Amino acid sequence: MSADLWMPSAEIATLQQRASIVRTIREFFYAREVMEVDTPSLSAASVTDVHLVSFNTSFVGPGHAKGLPLYLQTSPEFAMKRLLAAGSGAIFQLCKAFRNEEAGSHHNPEFTMLEWYRPGFDEFALMDEIDELMQLVLNVPAAQRLTYQQAFQQALGLDPLTATLAQLQQLAIEQGFADIAAHETHRDTLLQLLFCMKVEPTIGQDKPCFVYHFPASQAALARICEHDSRVAGRFELYYQNMELANGFNELTNAQEQAKRFTEDNVYRDANNLPQVPMDTRLISALEHGLPQCAGVALGIDRLVMLATKKHTIKEVIAFDVGRA
Amino acid sequence: MANYSTNEFKGGLKIMMDGEPCSILENEMVKPGKGQAFNRVRIRKLISGKVLEKTFKSGDTVEGADVMDTDLAYLYTDGEFWHFMNNETFEQIAADEKALGDSGKWLVENDVCTITLWNGSPIAVTPPNFVELEITETDPGLKGDTAGTGGKPATLSTGAVVRVPLFVQIGEVIKVDTRSGEYVSRVK
Repeated sequence: MSADLWMPSAEIATLQQRASIVRTIREFFYAREVMEVDTPSLSAASVTDVHLVSFNTSFVGPGHAKGLPLYLQTSPEFAMKRLLAAGSGAIFQLCKAFRNEEAGSHHNPEFTMLEWYRPGFDEFALMDEIDELMQLVLNVPAAQRLTYQQAFQQALGLDPLTATLAQLQQLAIEQGFADIAAHETHRDTLLQLLFCMKVEPTIGQDKPCFVYHFPASQAALARICEHDSRVAGRFELYYQNMELANGFNELTNAQEQAKRFTEDNVYRDANNLPQVPMDTRLISALEHGLPQCAGVALGIDRLVMLATKKHTIKEVIAFDVGRA
Repeated sequence: MANYSTNEFKGGLKIMMDGEPCSILENEMVKPGKGQAFNRVRIRKLISGKVLEKTFKSGDTVEGADVMDTDLAYLYTDGEFWHFMNNETFEQIAADEKALGDSGKWLVENDVCTITLWNGSPIAVTPPNFVELEITETDPGLKGDTAGTGGKPATLSTGAVVRVPLFVQIGEVIKVDTRSGEYVSRVK
């Protein structure tokens, strides 16, 4: 097509700023004696998360004449937890993550993730550390903190933890999403729709905003809170209409983790989504013992977008998927 | 008509929405890291011309609209319909006032216009980007005046009114940009 598709989608000056941010991040962790690690991009298992689609391929070679199925990782979480269980102590990683079916102004199917884990931290101690890193990289004031319930209620006037399906449908219809709401029977889909479209634009505009205590039904790999079983030790960081990071007070219970993976596959089966084999090596690591820890994944491309005031992800990566 | 999934959405795709053919202007994916993906889509309704935003669950499908553009020469109006002809097949199509919209004031005999058909019937008429029309009425201006001083209104042979420089006079033919409704130049 166009002859200029050989050229980078980002300006060289932006890539220089990006390199400088990555250097700042590495130095932040070196100073805190957090070890940098490098885990596989290709793995025999992947996430069962019903909203993530992995790329898969097959290794053919010695010992695998008929091919070993492998998944490109949607995040380095499982491998990093195996390192933690093996006694690594605090670790961080800057790596590529891969998610099929995701492309847009804030999404590229291959993107750069910063993920780190802090044994002995809970989600609040980890939020403190993320806040310091954000102030350093983005030169912003200290972040605001809201519970999911507070953020939702102040934007939409409905308690997301007690609202019935019918109330959420009604609210979504009033907010202009009748086409989706009228036949949507999953509470969490309606919550995610309302949160993305109507809550996010109201928070984290002047300074970053942590939203914590997500509903237990959206716990993902976070532990359920002991003081209130309706919510989980999961948080997200938002700034200027960008979802920047997702973190957990990590679930360490192997049985509970295996149960959640199985439930995902049951949902997949019921909704014509492909089955994803459970990562039994992660389950074995949890059985061996994952130290109580908090961990977070932060999108580096989006961080660079905010630091350089760019509006599309392709302006901060060397070659977006259209030029890869 | 085929169905399209949100992954096939792109600018220019014609779909049915609330019983009306629409054209997609922009399609943006919105997806939380943990959670359902959505598509926020800007759409132009092709009959009313209204632009609106719609949100879809990613993976949902919508019905395509049988909409096509065809280039036809303007023939004449009988007051109720405006008649156009395909210069190769000589097939004729009549558009009503609703389909014509504001385009009537730019129609010049034998000019080739774009007619948008939905299920074979005209729903919109787009005149050429530039048309040449004669001035039938305007105030006499001062000699020696140049373009760009604000100008004066002039009525054209089709009834359209455009602002023209003061030196342009009744009986002259001018070139007009139909997209902006602005005077471009005199035609010698």
